[in-house]
Amino acid sequence: MSSVPSSPLAAPAAAAYDPDARLSALAWLRANLFSSVWQSLLTLAVAFVLIRFFWFVLDWGVVNAVFYTTDPDVCRAATGACWAVIAEKHRPMLFGLYPYDEHWRLVLMMAIYLGTVVLSLWPRCWNLRFLVPLWIVSSLSIGVLMFGGVLGLRYVPTSEWGGLPLTMLLFTGTVLIGMPVAVLLALGRRAPLPVARGVSVVFIEALRGVPLITILFVAVNVFPLFLPAGVEVNKLLRITVGIAIFFACYQAEVIRGGLQAIPRGQYEAAASLSLSYWQTTRRIILPQALRISLPAITNHIIAAMKNTSFVIIIGLFDILTATTAVMQDPLWRKFYIEAYLFVAAVYLFFGYALSLYARQVEKWIASGRI
Amino acid sequence: MNQTHATGLSVLAALLLAGAGTAAFAQSGDTLAAVKERGEVLCGVHPARHGFAAPDSQGKWSGFEVDFCHAIAAAVFGDANKVRFVALSSQQRFPAIQSGEVDVLARNVTATLSRDTALGLNFAPPIFYTGTGFLVRAADGIEKVEDLDGAAICMAPGSTTERNVAQIFSARGLSYTPVVIENNKQLVDAYVTGRCDALTKDKAALPGVRAFDTEAPGDHVLLPGIYSKEPLAMAVRQGDDKWYDLVKWVTYATFNAEELGVTQANVDEMKASDDPDIQTLLGVIGDNGTKLGVANDWAYAVVKQVGNYEDIYMRHFGPDSPVALDRDQNQLWTDGGLLYGFPMH
Amino acid sequence: MTDANPGLRGKRPRRSPKDILYSESFRTAVYQIALAAAVALLGFYLYQNVVENLARQNIATGFGFLEQVSQFEIGETLIAYSARDTYGRALAVGLMNTLSVSAAGIVVATVIGFSVGIARVSSNWLLQRLATAYVEIVRNIPVILQVIFWAAVIRNLPAPRQAVELWGLGFLSNRGLTFAMPSAHAAHLWMLAALGAGIALAILASHKAKRHREATGRYIDMLWPCVGLIVGLPLLVWLGFGAPHEISFPERRGFNFAGGATISPEFVALMTGISLYSSGFIAEIVRAGIQATPRGQVEAARSIALRPRFILRYVVLPQALRVIVPPLTSQYVSLIKNSSIAVVIGYPDLVNIGNTVMNQTGQAVEAIAVMMLVYLIVSLATSLLMNLYNRLVAIKER
Repeated sequence: MSSVPSSPLAAPAAAAYDPDARLSALAWLRANLFSSVWQSLLTLAVAFVLIRFFWFVLDWGVVNAVFYTTDPDVCRAATGACWAVIAEKHRPMLFGLYPYDEHWRLVLMMAIYLGTVVLSLWPRCWNLRFLVPLWIVSSLSIGVLMFGGVLGLRYVPTSEWGGLPLTMLLFTGTVLIGMPVAVLLALGRRAPLPVARGVSVVFIEALRGVPLITILFVAVNVFPLFLPAGVEVNKLLRITVGIAIFFACYQAEVIRGGLQAIPRGQYEAAASLSLSYWQTTRRIILPQALRISLPAITNHIIAAMKNTSFVIIIGLFDILTATTAVMQDPLWRKFYIEAYLFVAAVYLFFGYALSLYARQVEKWIASGRI
Repeated sequence: MNQTHATGLSVLAALLLAGAGTAAFAQSGDTLAAVKERGEVLCGVHPARHGFAAPDSQGKWSGFEVDFCHAIAAAVFGDANKVRFVALSSQQRFPAIQSGEVDVLARNVTATLSRDTALGLNFAPPIFYTGTGFLVRAADGIEKVEDLDGAAICMAPGSTTERNVAQIFSARGLSYTPVVIENNKQLVDAYVTGRCDALTKDKAALPGVRAFDTEAPGDHVLLPGIYSKEPLAMAVRQGDDKWYDLVKWVTYATFNAEELGVTQANVDEMKASDDPDIQTLLGVIGDNGTKLGVANDWAYAVVKQVGNYEDIYMRHFGPDSPVALDRDQNQLWTDGGLLYGFPMH
Repeated sequence: MTDANPGLRGKRPRRSPKDILYSESFRTAVYQIALAAAVALLGFYLYQNVVENLARQNIATGFGFLEQVSQFEIGETLIAYSARDTYGRALAVGLMNTLSVSAAGIVVATVIGFSVGIARVSSNWLLQRLATAYVEIVRNIPVILQVIFWAAVIRNLPAPRQAVELWGLGFLSNRGLTFAMPSAHAAHLWMLAALGAGIALAILASHKAKRHREATGRYIDMLWPCVGLIVGLPLLVWLGFGAPHEISFPERRGFNFAGGATISPEFVALMTGISLYSSGFIAEIVRAGIQATPRGQVEAARSIALRPRFILRYVVLPQALRVIVPPLTSQYVSLIKNSSIAVVIGYPDLVNIGNTVMNQTGQAVEAIAVMMLVYLIVSLATSLLMNLYNRLVAIKER
């Protein structure tokens, strides 16, 4: 949100947000920073803290920092940050346990992945005749790159996947599996069939009441016992499905909110056209419901990205696990703050990009473009 | 129209499910057959325990227990490399073997009665005898476990160490604060940064921590003495005697090879030996392989590609390795140790 | 109109099997039965597989393990516990730890969240920007990363011997926060009782005052009388016991500190991580709540010269809380669930202890089922409590 509507408590400064009023810089300062003695004192206090903070950041993070060295002793001698730890360790941090010589495959994979995602998010490309082949081709090439075993590429089992590509795959898998399940659960909860309603309600509420960790425990430790002897499901897949179902239960509630907001008349109109339940749902109800609940849906999608980091508990080498493992190196251990800041920056970057895009989509919807 | 559409979809889904079910049903119960069909042994190992199992920076696994996984692969396939390693945390290891995610557990598992029974495991003969040990900072001046009264002690959850420490301390009327962390990296980090006064693990695992995870290994000492019995053994699922037999006899083969003087270096010459025990071991005479369901020269492949017990031990704990450990009880019975290979005829 | 249409002849329509097949109610019934059967079959199939798998491998089953002796110690316990107690009690200790870290986290997250939320709508541009930046940062970094970060920070504090001294009142070291505490005294329990009585009396008195106001229109300011009751009663009890003022100061001894009270590093790290993360979300909820009050209402209140304090208390808050409480509930529930991250850094919460139990007994299915069930109950109980509170603040039709 670029401009926060002023609060009812903040009446005196209301003029500051009035777009019609053009204020001079001085008047703006008066209205927004120095409107009263109290406000002035507050401004000065906040400014003091901020300046101290930025001064520290500058001093620690730039002036006295070491940006590149391969010798940890250089870093130890410096009083500032040691950004060199990222240069030194970025490969195990970003790629985890994946065989060192094959890291180029991951770079290529991420390029294909990001390209596919960016194209899919661009309204100009919203055409099934383009998107379906695009996803087929890119999933296939990502699969070939990640697994190998063909075209002379070395086979890499999923247990050796790691780092940022793994985080990306977990996230994508969560959304791709989770969204349809969420829609089904939401429809189930609003279905005219009492049994379907009951099953959906129990499923959604039970899973929303437990921590993600316990669902991961089930996926890793218990689920194999549910299968007949000899049947195996890949662990990475089990974990992805576990996160996806957890995600779906939250998303289902959001979509249900959207479904509830749809006026009765829409259903009646559909019924008068003698559309069937699925036709009504697919063509009339769902598109509107998803549009209504879009802001909340994006919030949960961003949350799903953050939630992939829970896999550290079951020892999957996503970017966070890989970083904690790397920071085990006794020579570089001291510079954990820099390494964690780097990982935080990666998450912030992707989260910010997603929320920017979501805002754009809301604008498109508001302007009737989609 | 849409009715048929929906029905069609559900039929398709049902068919897919059923197909997936039956396709994967092919194997069950018989681990050896399943392993052969898969073409590799799935071996559960410790994610990072220097000397026992740890991946290098290129992701290649090495270690004492890793070599025993290789030995099983050599016995089954005649190729020690047909093995895939699955790193398991202490929490995941038992569910992983129970559920069939791995074929064999070579992951610092202490053989105990309750694990043998309630956990549904079968233990092969122990490959490493050790006990609870404590790593402490030299500067703290701790010389014996009594000096640790009131200390904070870092340990992994569900390990036998967790119980042993409770017993060791209560038997001596001492108190301590356990700091229990599952994630091995976080656990070691907690000790190294000083959150705990002592780190407790199997004694054999501590030199690896000291050598690889501390800034100055000289600043840390291992408390002398062993405070509990920790026979580490490979474990398989109960109810599959054939596979259990194989793992058991691969273990004995490494003991017996050492006892008979058959080493990785001389195994080819030894094949020509006229000692019937050696001939039986290496499959020149007899039908041990047939009885176990593998090639008759299985033990030859084990010694040739991986080595006898001494070869394996020296590779990872020998005086030149970073994790040097005296053999102590891990010597042949003929040298006063506990390793006693059953006769192989 | 022809006789071909039977409906118009006043006779009951004869239904052919085809009609039944295509009738709405029949199809609905079939779908429901099919769904119920599918769910039941799936459940039975999975159950059957588990039983078969466990039996084939002779793995122990059932909840008998809860009665067995645990044989392990726990670092932090709120109830008496030793290695000679049962697994069941160990899990209870874990639950208490989960609840205590969650309760502390909820208080901290609420205080920070409300402060930042109010700052978000401040008329002070600088403060408002600062609050926005805070919210964006804490919300968008995974909570697990935040917890690991704080754990690393605290572990890297100096050892007890070089602990940071806090104005002679306590120490900050890699063993946690150790601080001075009044020595245990019988008076404390009575003071606690007096505090409870004070709060109850204050609530009763304000209620009376409200009734009085509604009946007569006369306002009685209850702020100071209430403060007096809540603070004064325990103070009186304390004085009545002869004002015991012995304070236990921590001092360095052996590996650690003796005296005072200590909060473990894991507790501090976990509490900080989960409460900062939640505070970002709470701040947004509070902002939305405050903005939900139409501006005209405040202007109207001001125009009748209501004091600012009363505008907040009687105009803004009642409307804001109505918007705030439901989403706040889910934030509290997710904070409680986030406390399960404890297992990563070694705080002995329910999951961490459940982990140990699962390992020692090997009964993964049962141990995980216990954990999930307990969390489910705690989550539902929290929702229930908050719903009760919500009913208090919701619009009352009069």
